[in-house]
Amino acid sequence: MSKPIPTDRSESVFEDYKHEYDAKQAAVEANRCLYCSDAPCTKACPTHIDVPEFIRKIATGNLKGSARTIFEANILGMSCARVCPVEVLCVGDCVYNQMGVPPIQIGKLQRFATDHAYAQGWRLFEAGAPSGKSVGLVGAGPASLAAAHELRRLGHACTVYEKRPVIGGLNTTGIAPYKMRADRSVEEAEWVLGIGGVEVKTGVEVGKDITLDRLEREHAAVFVGVGLGPDTRLGVPGEDLPGVHGAVEVIERMKLGKLALEGVKSALVIGGGNTAIDGVRELAGLGVPSVTLVYRGSEAQMPGYRHEWLAAREAGVASAFHAVPVAFEGSGRVQRARLVRTDAQKKPIAGSELSLDADLVLMAIGQSTLGQLLSGLAGVLVDKGRIVTDESGATGRKGWYAGGDCRNGGKEVVNAAAEGKAAAQAIHRMLGGKDA
Amino acid sequence: MPDLSTNCAGIRSPNPFWLASAPPANSGAQVQRAFDAGWGGAVWKTLGVPIQNVSSRFGAINYSGTRAIGFNNIELITDRPLEVNFREIYETKKKYPKHAVVVSLMVETQEEWKDIIKRSIDAGADGLELNFGCPHGMCERGMGSAVGQEPKVNERITAWAVEYSTVPVLVKLTPNVSDILPHGLAAQRGGAHGVSLINTIKSIVSVDIDRFVPEPRVGSQSTNGGYCGAAVKPIALHMLARLSRSEDFDLPVSGIGGITNWRDAVEFMLLGASSVQVCTEVMLKGYRIVEDMIEGLGEYMASHGFQTLDQLVGKAVPAYSEWGDLDLNYETVAKIDDKKCIGCQLCVVACHDGAHQCIHPAKEEAGASATRVPVVDEAECVGCNLCQIVCPVPGCISLVAVDNGFAPASWNQHVTTGAKLRPKKGAH
Repeated sequence: MSKPIPTDRSESVFEDYKHEYDAKQAAVEANRCLYCSDAPCTKACPTHIDVPEFIRKIATGNLKGSARTIFEANILGMSCARVCPVEVLCVGDCVYNQMGVPPIQIGKLQRFATDHAYAQGWRLFEAGAPSGKSVGLVGAGPASLAAAHELRRLGHACTVYEKRPVIGGLNTTGIAPYKMRADRSVEEAEWVLGIGGVEVKTGVEVGKDITLDRLEREHAAVFVGVGLGPDTRLGVPGEDLPGVHGAVEVIERMKLGKLALEGVKSALVIGGGNTAIDGVRELAGLGVPSVTLVYRGSEAQMPGYRHEWLAAREAGVASAFHAVPVAFEGSGRVQRARLVRTDAQKKPIAGSELSLDADLVLMAIGQSTLGQLLSGLAGVLVDKGRIVTDESGATGRKGWYAGGDCRNGGKEVVNAAAEGKAAAQAIHRMLGGKDA
Repeated sequence: MPDLSTNCAGIRSPNPFWLASAPPANSGAQVQRAFDAGWGGAVWKTLGVPIQNVSSRFGAINYSGTRAIGFNNIELITDRPLEVNFREIYETKKKYPKHAVVVSLMVETQEEWKDIIKRSIDAGADGLELNFGCPHGMCERGMGSAVGQEPKVNERITAWAVEYSTVPVLVKLTPNVSDILPHGLAAQRGGAHGVSLINTIKSIVSVDIDRFVPEPRVGSQSTNGGYCGAAVKPIALHMLARLSRSEDFDLPVSGIGGITNWRDAVEFMLLGASSVQVCTEVMLKGYRIVEDMIEGLGEYMASHGFQTLDQLVGKAVPAYSEWGDLDLNYETVAKIDDKKCIGCQLCVVACHDGAHQCIHPAKEEAGASATRVPVVDEAECVGCNLCQIVCPVPGCISLVAVDNGFAPASWNQHVTTGAKLRPKKGAH
């Protein structure tokens, strides 16, 4: 099972940036919902939660039914309520936007219903009649958890192999703490596994501690949900200096333990994606006096969510656009970054060097992929590090399935939940089960 | 500004807005504050032999987060000594000579009626309102709706009151009858100067589903009460129009029942009310609501060119007809304004499940992001209005008249003269 995480962690200082609803606030908001038919919010959700239905159930006081509607579609509904970019998914598609009326706060309502279910200790699902079949799941992140839960409902035994001592995957190690802290993710993972019949083997790295051959022999099917690998390196001089780190690695340390940031005066976060935006907000929140996001394109070209970047700007972070590091310098540890200006195509402009002081640098330019894990398996295609599957998550090798970041290249928790569940249903059909 | 001054059955007030006989008109201090806020008149909380009330007394219906769209009470008539009431009526009338103070009365015997009428008029009442309507408690003692439901008793007591009174007498009718007309005619035969309607509707407003007791709860019991508030307006409007349309009935009417704002008041007036009485909305929001009522009515009258209230009172009555006289060849179809549509598709589901299955989602176009503006199959649309009712966007769906080439023809004309009817739609 999951190793307990310390109670006092660097992330513990963060408050939720979206306040939670109490019952009266939830009732007011729920009653605003128009209860659309064929609702755009439901269509926008990768797990197709029946949003108008769960909201109506909040309005009528049928909270258990509301939670059931959410979890039936997405067993990770509690974390998704916190971490989903609702602004570009369900809330972004609320028809009220077309009317110039504030959209329904679907994320907050979902959080209200799911938190209530957790607080009440409701167990809403039961394992199916045993099929006698066993499925191995690689990784204990959102994709595998969603897959395992669905497989258990369909009666298949599950074994989860997780190389880390803690479960929950990136939900535990990578979510910005002002959205969700690690303990909540572990709680969710344990709640999901509470359906029973899932053996979790932590500290077991597939390919090292257990071979793919053995997995294939021991299980009727294998689901691979290993997520992404370590931070990508830029490959510039000085990147090995103490004080230059991968952003994902630092965020994980912040979430699971204590980060030593004493004495850090100026931090740079290199990248323009959501990890970079999380990084600057987190460092600012942890009290680093000067935090600057460095991105090689323009503000408008940032791949990260606009609403997240605006929130980071409000938190007081600085930015350096059209700039890319060419070297990190310092004696004994990083003290400054040398950068070069870039043009509109993000290409370096010769002779445009500048220097920024930095005693901490986070590289947030992407994560490596782990698809090569399966490269030895005949029939499994890996394209640019992603495991290639059909719609259902099936690879080219019978019995092998994949979902989540290792398949989609790095999307949201809700995508991983959808893919894990879909793969579980495909595995069930492959094992001769009837359509779920 | 148009003239809002009111004369209802000879009772005059600066505007047509009166407090109904109920808790907001329970005491002199309250009525005087209401007059200060702008109310034109008040019907004093019913006087009679003071009673003992229960607690609790009120219940309500909430709908989709809106509180108290319907309201219910099991309170009885005044519980204050008569001499206190009469003294306060006197003081109020002295201080507000131009405002209407109508005294609501409910007693049993002829002697009691004679006595209480004299005392009311001595206190300065501008009019009397006979409470023949209360559907709870008092009716068990042979008063209130027990009187209003018996035309002969109604007529007899009305005649006593008219005999003893030197001021106009209004008879407050109960809606707890199958047809209001015989009861209005009974009051008319008794010599009443006008009627007021409706009193509350006999009701059980809700049930406490955990305690298994109806509301409002008095310990472990409850009883039926009187239903009122916004939700009862349609019942009141019908009863008002039923009297207004009758050739036999020709008394002025003070309209009551679910009036919450100036729009409701205008509707009552258009169906024949020459003053309107409000209780529940005042109980829920306070006397202050009258400011908007006065202003809204004045603006409405100005926008329609009405100078005085009598120009609008009853103006919609001729348009209220029998179903058999409606034009069956009048045809409308729904039109959706694609610029206003927000794509909620509530009209689709409503039409599909609750009407004639003639509004459909737009066809999914491959590749393109499909429009969510639904499509009306006009050949099937019966023009029922349901889509417009569920649409959350004002003005997005309209029912547009279609020229189908058929001359107007009602059912009665069809039956009597063989008038030709258009082919039925949606009846397959």
